[in-house]
Amino acid sequence: MSTTSIPDDLLLRERFTEIRPPLSPQAAVIEANRCLNCFDAPCTAACPTHIDVPGFIKRISTGNLRGSALRILDANILGSSCAKACPVEVLCEGACVMHRYNTEPIQIGRLQRYAMDSFQATGEELLTAPRGSRNVQVACIGGGPASLACAAELCRHGAHAIIIERNELPGGLNTYGVAEYKLRTSDSLREAEMIRRMGVEFRTGAAIETAEALEELESEFDFLFLGVGLGAMQRMNIPGEDQKGVLNALEFIASYKTGRLKELSGTVVVVGAGNTAIDAANAARRLGAETVYLLYRRGEREMTAFDFEYEHAKHEGVQFLWRRQPYRIRTSERGRLLLDTVQVNEVDRLLQPVDGSEQVIECDYVIPAIGQSPFAQLVQELRRIELRNGVIVVDPETGQTDNPRYFAGGDCANGGKEVVDAVADGKRAARAILKIAEAAYA
Amino acid sequence: MPDIRVHQFAGKIDGPNPFWLASGPVSNKGEQIMRAFDAGWGGAVWKTIGDPATNTSPRYSSVDWNGHRMMGLSSIERISDRPIEENLRELAEVKRYYPYHPIIASLMAESVRESWHEIAQRAEDAGADGLELNFSGSQAGSLSQDPERTEMITAWVKEKARIPVLVKLSPNATNIRVVAAAARRGGADGLSAINTVNSIPRIDLDTLVPEPNVGGAGTYGGFAGPAVKPIALNIVQQIMSDPASALPLSGIGGISTWRDAVEFMLLGCTTVQVCTAAMHYGYRVVEDMAEGLENWMRTKGFATLEDLRGLSLQRVTGWEGLNRDYKVVAHINEQKCIGCGLCQISCWDGANQCIHSDRVSGPVNGRIELHDGPPTVEFRSRTSIATTPVTRQERAAAASNHGPYPTPLAKIPRVDETECTGCNLCALVCPVDECITMVPVGQNARPEHRGQSSLASEIAAEPQRS
Repeated sequence: MSTTSIPDDLLLRERFTEIRPPLSPQAAVIEANRCLNCFDAPCTAACPTHIDVPGFIKRISTGNLRGSALRILDANILGSSCAKACPVEVLCEGACVMHRYNTEPIQIGRLQRYAMDSFQATGEELLTAPRGSRNVQVACIGGGPASLACAAELCRHGAHAIIIERNELPGGLNTYGVAEYKLRTSDSLREAEMIRRMGVEFRTGAAIETAEALEELESEFDFLFLGVGLGAMQRMNIPGEDQKGVLNALEFIASYKTGRLKELSGTVVVVGAGNTAIDAANAARRLGAETVYLLYRRGEREMTAFDFEYEHAKHEGVQFLWRRQPYRIRTSERGRLLLDTVQVNEVDRLLQPVDGSEQVIECDYVIPAIGQSPFAQLVQELRRIELRNGVIVVDPETGQTDNPRYFAGGDCANGGKEVVDAVADGKRAARAILKIAEAAYA
Repeated sequence: MPDIRVHQFAGKIDGPNPFWLASGPVSNKGEQIMRAFDAGWGGAVWKTIGDPATNTSPRYSSVDWNGHRMMGLSSIERISDRPIEENLRELAEVKRYYPYHPIIASLMAESVRESWHEIAQRAEDAGADGLELNFSGSQAGSLSQDPERTEMITAWVKEKARIPVLVKLSPNATNIRVVAAAARRGGADGLSAINTVNSIPRIDLDTLVPEPNVGGAGTYGGFAGPAVKPIALNIVQQIMSDPASALPLSGIGGISTWRDAVEFMLLGCTTVQVCTAAMHYGYRVVEDMAEGLENWMRTKGFATLEDLRGLSLQRVTGWEGLNRDYKVVAHINEQKCIGCGLCQISCWDGANQCIHSDRVSGPVNGRIELHDGPPTVEFRSRTSIATTPVTRQERAAAASNHGPYPTPLAKIPRVDETECTGCNLCALVCPVDECITMVPVGQNARPEHRGQSSLASEIAAEPQRS
């Protein structure tokens, strides 16, 4: 199964210029030389995958770019997408000692991208242990970052791993859900392709939704890794939400990233104030919407998006409407949407509508972005596995569930975090599986 | 205002300040030297005059370090490639316009008495204020290390010259004092030190040819620039601390700032010469040199250059002369520490294994076996579970620093003073000014500098983390 089937869309590229553009070779060396090369570096500690940041940066400064990239990939097989998609401000760059040195932190994300881009340009493939040198077979369900990392780690050590993905393309949210100005779909697919070349088998367009399908996998594989992510986006549960012009943020993002939606115009209202809401609102602006409102039932200080995401959205021209909640969507005579909203105040953690504050927002699209529900279908079949609030309970050190043959990682086990957290989960699970397999043979 | 004028250097040379252009590409033409005087230079040693040389292209190569260009510059350029008469005509012209700026003619001739007599006479007739005998450039070959010929040629020139004669010394001699003493015996009025250091600065890893690559081959160059300053200072001290070799000295070698210049003066130099810094940034570098020197002298209360000249000579001794009872230990200023850990790794791998990250777990003093080494410390960090702080609460928790200092207490290394040898390495690697200081202990101890008493309160202020 091919892992690359979306051609680059030049118009899309133009609209979604990267917010973290590549460094020129000279700029990369200058930036690399700024790094103090800390011992027991806080950036490395802050990274969920513990990339040896000073190690790869110093390799850039000496021109050892291959060594730099391999250093990154050794800790994080999705080093390329993480370089682009990571919220570095709250991870490595947030931990950089330069903050206390009265200067800007090292641009770790951009340096990592520089090393990864250089490596990808060489077309070199990653070395793996001979396939089958570890006699363990693992099926990773879900084709997102957690499964990719888990399968790649297993494969590198000679185990056999397959990835089962219900969508046509692998990569999960890296392919379908990360804002295009951060990570391009083609980048995600290139990374999946690298992992395929390492020897990981991909079965795409294959859904596992029944207990029977799971049992079949159990008979074929020693271990199952669940990297199924979260479920569909939450509904607003208000009248009129099923009409044309209303689509949830992830659907919206996937549509423009895969070329099904090329342009917007008019007014767009995004409901919610998380990072996905920001991604959707920014995308709406870049796709041509003249006016984009972001509607949030609480205030600026309560919004869950990262501060830098909020700043970014303000720069993109997104307008924020605080403490306002939608309660109905109607259609105007001219075929536009009428979003009925009301001001709400928080009293004892409950939101109370303010009488007389109703306001109608005439718009063309409403994009709810109020979080994903816990993954429903498959998880309900996992009767032998403990769930808490719809999230799979795992041993944090190993990713093992209470069914010893099942491991889990990524959003379905951590409740919804970043790509790099999913990679860390997948890697830890793979190492735990390898350890168990080794012990069984010893 | 301090007086930075030069008086009667080598007997007769006066000038507005001690900063001279060294003989080299920066002092090749009259037009250049006039612009340099306008920029503030206090004198110039004319690019060596002699039978015109031929040159190669390219002729320079440099050593870059950590992104900084030209930490050292290597040159294979030879002496002036212009006719003697052209150089001397321009020299005379510059002297007409700048009668109070000393111009020293650097000279080179074949080892024949008449040749030296002739060129010395012509330079003096052109109006040079002094002569600098170039026995020591990369073009001079073995002469730079030969005391007999150094003495002989110096004596020949002295037979003719009425203006001061300086001999420029090479760092490539086995014992600089022997060559300097020979120049002195020959009658030299002063010395210039050092000339460039023999070098192969770098080899191109694609062509495998040493640089500068002149059509497929390289040769030995003369190395200069900031990298050679310590070598130059050592040689200056060697010359000036021996009565048999000490003479009025013009210091050369990696001088890029007024600070460098002051160091040369503290070891006995009256004037200093600069080439690489002016090649790198232009004549304007002299502005800060002169101002910086004046301001430093004002701060320190020196009225003239003679007041400070040679003051550090008496502070140099052989190793045997050092006080081995003197003892310092490293002290980390916790308010300033940024938590880079460089002191810790350098102490473990390059010194005495006495800087530890044990402020939170509880300080332990004593021998190496009692402590976690760098691999253990790093292993702990790299196997811990870190997650992205996604929610506002997680972010607030990640940003909060449960400790009394800007850096989390766990990341501020601690010096085990019972094991610290006071070697100083940690203070050198620390990127923060005044963060690590070396504090005298024992009979030299000053109680207010001791940091131990605060440790208990620090630990109390750090809540236990689960």
